[in-house]
Amino acid sequence: MKWKSWSLLLTLLLALGVLLAACSGDEPAESEDDGTEEGNTEEPAESEDTEGTEEDTEASASGDGLAADQTFDINIRTEPPSLHPGLASDTTSGAVLYQIFEGLMRINQDGEVEEAMAESYDVSDDLLTYTFHIREDAVWSNGDPVTAGDFEYAWKWVLNPDNADTDYAYQLYVIKGAQAAKEEGASSDDIGVTAIDEKTLEVILEQPTPYFLDLTAFYTYYPVNQKVVEGATDWALNVTDTYVTNGPFLIESWAHKDQIVLKKNPEYWDADTVKLETINMYMIDDENTSLEMFNSGELDWAGDPTDALPLSAIPSLKADGSLNISPLAGVYYYAFNTEVEPFNNVNIRKAFALAINREGIVQSVTQREEIPAMALVPPSIWEESEEGYFKDNDVETAKEYLATGLEELGLEELPAISLSYNTSEAHAAIAQAVQDMWRQNLGVEVTLNNEEWNVYLDSMSAGNFQTGRMGWLADFNDAINFIELFQSVGGNNYTNWESEEYSNLIEQSRTETDPDARKEILREAEAIFMEDLPIAPIYFYTNAWLSKDFVKDLEVSPLGGVQFKWAYLAEE
Amino acid sequence: MVKYLLKRIGYIILSLFLIVTVTFILMKAAPGGPFASERALTPAIEAQMNEAYGFNDPIHEQYFTYLINAFTFDFGPSFKYVGQEVTEIIGRSFPYSLILGLEAIFIAISFGVLLGVLAAVQHNKFGDYMAMVIAVLGISVPSFIMAAVLQYIFAIYLQVLPIARFESFAHTILPAIALATTPLAFIARLMRSSMIDVLNRDYIKTAKSKGLSERVVTYKHALRNAILPVVSYLGPLVVTILTGSFVIEKIFGIPGLGSEFVVSVTNRDYTVIMGTTVFFSVLLLFSILIVDLLYGLIDPRIKVTSKEGDK
Repeated sequence: MKWKSWSLLLTLLLALGVLLAACSGDEPAESEDDGTEEGNTEEPAESEDTEGTEEDTEASASGDGLAADQTFDINIRTEPPSLHPGLASDTTSGAVLYQIFEGLMRINQDGEVEEAMAESYDVSDDLLTYTFHIREDAVWSNGDPVTAGDFEYAWKWVLNPDNADTDYAYQLYVIKGAQAAKEEGASSDDIGVTAIDEKTLEVILEQPTPYFLDLTAFYTYYPVNQKVVEGATDWALNVTDTYVTNGPFLIESWAHKDQIVLKKNPEYWDADTVKLETINMYMIDDENTSLEMFNSGELDWAGDPTDALPLSAIPSLKADGSLNISPLAGVYYYAFNTEVEPFNNVNIRKAFALAINREGIVQSVTQREEIPAMALVPPSIWEESEEGYFKDNDVETAKEYLATGLEELGLEELPAISLSYNTSEAHAAIAQAVQDMWRQNLGVEVTLNNEEWNVYLDSMSAGNFQTGRMGWLADFNDAINFIELFQSVGGNNYTNWESEEYSNLIEQSRTETDPDARKEILREAEAIFMEDLPIAPIYFYTNAWLSKDFVKDLEVSPLGGVQFKWAYLAEE
Repeated sequence: MVKYLLKRIGYIILSLFLIVTVTFILMKAAPGGPFASERALTPAIEAQMNEAYGFNDPIHEQYFTYLINAFTFDFGPSFKYVGQEVTEIIGRSFPYSLILGLEAIFIAISFGVLLGVLAAVQHNKFGDYMAMVIAVLGISVPSFIMAAVLQYIFAIYLQVLPIARFESFAHTILPAIALATTPLAFIARLMRSSMIDVLNRDYIKTAKSKGLSERVVTYKHALRNAILPVVSYLGPLVVTILTGSFVIEKIFGIPGLGSEFVVSVTNRDYTVIMGTTVFFSVLLLFSILIVDLLYGLIDPRIKVTSKEGDK
């Protein structure tokens, strides 16, 4: 019958469509988070850039005068998945939350942790107990005072096993009893956070944690207004009267997938510092479109950290001197599967790691002035990493390692190797370059294996790869972010590499209270790691962005965060 | 007529059932899940999430839950956009796609038919060749290139229209044209060949010999018959425009449903996949039904109900 065949055809077509859609599509941006750090980027205003344009000189000549219209337009690419501080776990949501909420501490534009909701804090001698004193003039946007209880409530809410969507609960695991409450059914009363009185919050940690203050600036640690939020499950879904915030900006409207408008919060305790009156956050997914909107003046900012610049536009932007670049605490690497031949052999791994010309990749493939990585921890955290543990593109030594490795494995020559990466123009370009280097330097056949993001993660976790690309970005400014990654098999360690000595050193570092001694221990761990090379680091990431000359005091942090609290627009 | 309609709706429900089933199987067969991320969750938290979303239930139970959800049009919250209801996502995104789609369909049909008729009337003359060059270009240039070219000419070079976003009528012009190009060209070709065919029919010759003017013959007698293939193309056209809007929506930064449909698959956002699939399927199946009914109105020779309905 005619209709029947029609519907059958349609079903098939639709099924085919779904199948095809599953084979292509975007990869979610590499996950990254957290606030501002290390203000070592040049301010656009005082830029010593000799190639600076005329507008540049003009802007500085007119002094620090504020533009009459303090409206800043920026692209955040996508709909923030959640504007609930306890549920958010991605950069886009973070970029909004940093402006509208505030934790006990905030990381300022020089990268230092400074008091925010907390006016002051005391630390016990064993570094385990922190007592925060919350500002008297800290108020919620509905007029309620911000209390210690709001923090206690918010943190315990995240650690409640009944609230399943709290992906980032583990950010709170440095607090005593937190992990037990979330994962092992322990009582929430045993969590080491107590509101002693209205304005005093006491936090007891599991172990001395040198980066705990940095953590309290992170959005999972933000307070929520208990009076308003308690009992309301969907308070953060839309901007209504129940969406109560405490940050430098108020959220005025949230048109889903379209635009978020922020307004200055006049009741903010430090409102005098805040200069921007309005921030328009648009959600334009296409990089080329947002770049065009920047060029036509509809946006004041393009590129990292909330948006990205099209790969093809980078060379010309660099040539005309408009591209700003700053380090980002992250490492791009190829993981070796240390359980399958030939990468179960350390010498083979070394041969492959040494036979990569990193300088060549960052110069001619990625072109964003990334730093070639011959270490694990990025140089924005440890300066020593600029040197690294081995020489880049050391083909001679690589060949020696290869010969030794082959002998140990009892092989005549290497079988074809597969190199996996997830679908993306940039990953493909790098993989092709590396394929060529390995073929020329080591004489090994390399097949490229490209998979869609979700499929890729699945194969990586299943150990179904030989070498695969991965990246890691720091949550906070500490080397432990990277070292900890490879402490045990599973989680984000896809290499199947484990070392007891390495793991012991990490545990030792957790109880070490002297910062220098702690760094020594972690350096030692890194050295062990780099001796075994379960990964071949490629480069350390950078932020690359364009901004209008009149945008001042807006810093991109090495952690990929951006803070508008101090930003302002100068007179043109 | 009623019997015919009921029968058609029965088939629609059957098709929907098949679509939901196939989607469910494909969705579950695809590697990865909604909670996969570069930053792996701790096993305990992942287990809690799986439990909370019912992924630990036996597969047939999950399937029946899905089936019930699909037919009651209650898909639950999205995984990616924590807490946002799927129906709400569809409700807020669809108006954008609808306006864009209607504009594109309007442009495609009106200009496509016009171009086709002109070409047929001017058969093998300059106008014909011009129209067909435009049509071939329209079919062979992909919509995203068309979008970029339009953006460059009108928004960047001439600066008469906005580059992107969807706020006023001016914002809708470029995306609608970009989206309409391919179907427009297709309709033009369809219209041309069918018009040429009709113009050579005997009844047209009769009409002409009766002394009717060229205009009346072309527009009253020929056009009405020649437009039938275009009408039957309307069903697939609606689908092409709605699902094809993904690329256009991305380039022009439009918060429509097309991108939701595609991105949900990449995110393995199961509830949104199911919601958008069912929604688009219903839309598609009903638009085909309407087209079939329209068919009977336009061409009295075709009786949709003639087989069983009449007697």
